[in-house]
Amino acid sequence: MKRRTFLDWMIGAAGAVLAAFVAYPIGRYLVPPRAPEAATRRVTAAKKDEIKPNSFKIFPFGGEPGILIRTADGEYRAFTAVCTHLGCTVQFLAAERAIWCACHNGRYDLDGRNVSGPPPRPLERFDVHVIGDDVVVQKGQGA
Amino acid sequence: MSLRDWLRSRLGLEALDHLIEKKSVPVHRHTFWYYWGGMTLFLFGVQVVTGILLVLYYRPSADEAYESVRFLMTQVSFGWLVRSIHSWSANLMIGAAMIHMFSTFLLKAYRGPREATWLTGMALFVLALAFGFSGYLLPWNQLAFFATKVGTDIIGAVPGIGVFLLRLLRGGDQITGGTLTRFYGFHVAVLPLLMTAVLGVHLYLVQWHGMSVPPGIEEQARPARQMRFVPDFLLRDIVGWLAALGALALLAALFPWELGLKADPYAPAPAGIKPEWYFGWMFQTLRMLPSRILGVEGELLGILGFGLAGLVWALVPFLDTADGRGPRARVWSLVGMLALLYVIVFTLLVYRGGHA
Repeated sequence: MKRRTFLDWMIGAAGAVLAAFVAYPIGRYLVPPRAPEAATRRVTAAKKDEIKPNSFKIFPFGGEPGILIRTADGEYRAFTAVCTHLGCTVQFLAAERAIWCACHNGRYDLDGRNVSGPPPRPLERFDVHVIGDDVVVQKGQGA
Repeated sequence: MSLRDWLRSRLGLEALDHLIEKKSVPVHRHTFWYYWGGMTLFLFGVQVVTGILLVLYYRPSADEAYESVRFLMTQVSFGWLVRSIHSWSANLMIGAAMIHMFSTFLLKAYRGPREATWLTGMALFVLALAFGFSGYLLPWNQLAFFATKVGTDIIGAVPGIGVFLLRLLRGGDQITGGTLTRFYGFHVAVLPLLMTAVLGVHLYLVQWHGMSVPPGIEEQARPARQMRFVPDFLLRDIVGWLAALGALALLAALFPWELGLKADPYAPAPAGIKPEWYFGWMFQTLRMLPSRILGVEGELLGILGFGLAGLVWALVPFLDTADGRGPRARVWSLVGMLALLYVIVFTLLVYRGGHA
């Protein structure tokens, strides 16, 4: 190898190393730090008389929205409110007794099963307990 | 030495004179389509001016963004006008860019030696869409919040690097004030820098290769007549720009851009939610795909389909290599027409309803 070629290679390699030294911290800086996983497994989603029958409430649950539905016969049901399609927040359609995502017209039944539209999976269901005046929502043992 | 002569000698304007003297535009029945690149550039200029004005009052944080835009629209003199023109001009700019892109495609102006011009044009189009997407979140309203949620989730569904890109864009796992700050940074610093660089190369290439003459015109016995760029073509350009400015003023005055409700991470997505019209055809496709196709999630298949279509579209100069107007060339013309038809039909479908 000629001395000129060798030097060209060395300068090129040194340049690449220098570029990597600059690029690495920038790359790492751009990636946000991983926040510790929200350990929330149980929240008070509402007061007992806050939600009328056949209506709903969106509540914060570990950094994500959850949906608490009170059915026409007074029963409480809770699910994650994050649509399994593209992450929009779902709502309860009282007239149709269905959970609906407005973004792409996805529908779930009141057991959280995806019944029409693009959602690929059911909504995760949470346990609901009425404790005194509070409606407490809790992740199931399996979740 | 007069000031004019001094400037000419110190700035080397003779070279520019030579350039202006030589630059000409072919005149034929498709000349109309040559104006759309300049129109896009003019609307980009409007974006730069109004964008700088908006920055003077805008505050990029989740607590203040919505309020600062409301203040701008209700308290600042002509604030409503500046914001409305910025929003309308963004939409018209992407419209003009689409017309420019499809006319370039259908007139086969991407063919050699203009492959790099086409590629830089595609990069500019992607940057324009990124401008639209990042700017849409900045008022921090309900529609913007969910549009960003869906848009970033689509990116998150890309196999392999999706989750990494999602976190990079959102500045975390969820859409928060951190996402807003990031999008603001992209919108006013990163994207303008990239746009200026790529636009510079694109304009240089247009200048270097001159205007493309469509194959049908080139095959004619007589070469197309030429029009001087300065002043003949430029004056016609300016007529178009003035018309665009008039249209912007009219649209901003008659249909001022709404602000909507402030973003609330714990509110359901509002009924009738839809993205800006230029993302409409993708939105409609995703809405119509079933949840599973041959065992694969419909959404994933849709996203991969968009990626593949975009790649083929960008690489067309290297795929349509036939000369003239032979059968292979016609196949690519047909592809262009079908793509245009698909985009138009699916965009219109968004506005024909379809939600509960």
